[in-house]
Amino acid sequence: MHELAIAESIVNIALREIEQKSITTVQSAGVRIGAISGVNPSALEFSFEAIIVNTPLSGAKLKVEEIPAGGICRACKTAFEVTEFIFVCPHCFSGDLEINQGQELDIAYLETE
Amino acid sequence: MTQKIEIEKKILSENDRLAAGIRRLLKDKKIVSLNLVSSPGSGKTTLLEKTLVALKNEIKMALIAGDVQTENDANRLIRAGGKIVLPIVTGGACHLDAKMINEALGKMNLDGVQLLFIENVGNLVCPSSYDLGEDMKVTVISTTEGDDKPLKYPAMFRRSSVMVINKTDLLGYSDFDMALVKNNALQINGNLKIFELSCRTGIGLEVWYNWLKSLV
Repeated sequence: MHELAIAESIVNIALREIEQKSITTVQSAGVRIGAISGVNPSALEFSFEAIIVNTPLSGAKLKVEEIPAGGICRACKTAFEVTEFIFVCPHCFSGDLEINQGQELDIAYLETE
Repeated sequence: MTQKIEIEKKILSENDRLAAGIRRLLKDKKIVSLNLVSSPGSGKTTLLEKTLVALKNEIKMALIAGDVQTENDANRLIRAGGKIVLPIVTGGACHLDAKMINEALGKMNLDGVQLLFIENVGNLVCPSSYDLGEDMKVTVISTTEGDDKPLKYPAMFRRSSVMVINKTDLLGYSDFDMALVKNNALQINGNLKIFELSCRTGIGLEVWYNWLKSLV
């Protein structure tokens, strides 16, 4: 359950932003969570909602954009989505892949009034 | 009117900044660092005890032992001859982070140290997200666990450079399939370096020691 620690990191970044830009009300915080980031989006939402009570983020929603894992095969240059964590090219079965998405653990934006 | 304020930052940017600092520090001091991760009970501490005894005259080692509660692991490593051992009791946290490692390193005398082991909290999920500034993650599993473990915890196996399969002396006493576990792990990470060994009988440990010697 490290989602609680991840949620704390999101809140810390958001609170700094709120202070620097004198934001009053935050409606939502937008994050991107990659499929192979090791973070569970629903546990993250739960943790976020639990720890923002009585902070300037109180009432804000966490908007999670889930990013599928994907990459390009270095052998045959096919681009593909990685499903079920099988890191093998579906076209030529090579394991020599360049994974270019799915590791995301980013805070993208805040929506304010 | 809703207004969108762009932030575009890595959630763990603070951890990653500290980890980068640790990586620089260890590189400057020419210290190779391994972050050992596993489920509870796979044998991380036993592997380190054996390594401390076997290589005490050849490699100067430092160890950070993370545990949720108790300093038992650190005490075992000291009893095994570890001279530079620092416990981190996380007090409930399920993983070590770069801040904890940074603080621990500040308390250690690293002069002449060639190899740093970080024994993470026994957990194959949470530690995968946290860069500790290590050179490599080493995942330890054992033959009393399921051979589908790589499939259940793919993020960790994906991010590891090495997989140690411990307790090979118990092969045949469980349904653990050695060929299958390797196949499962390599499907997730084709670059994994794999060691098969038994800390109890010592079989396979020499290969592990030789690899450690080749790193420093």
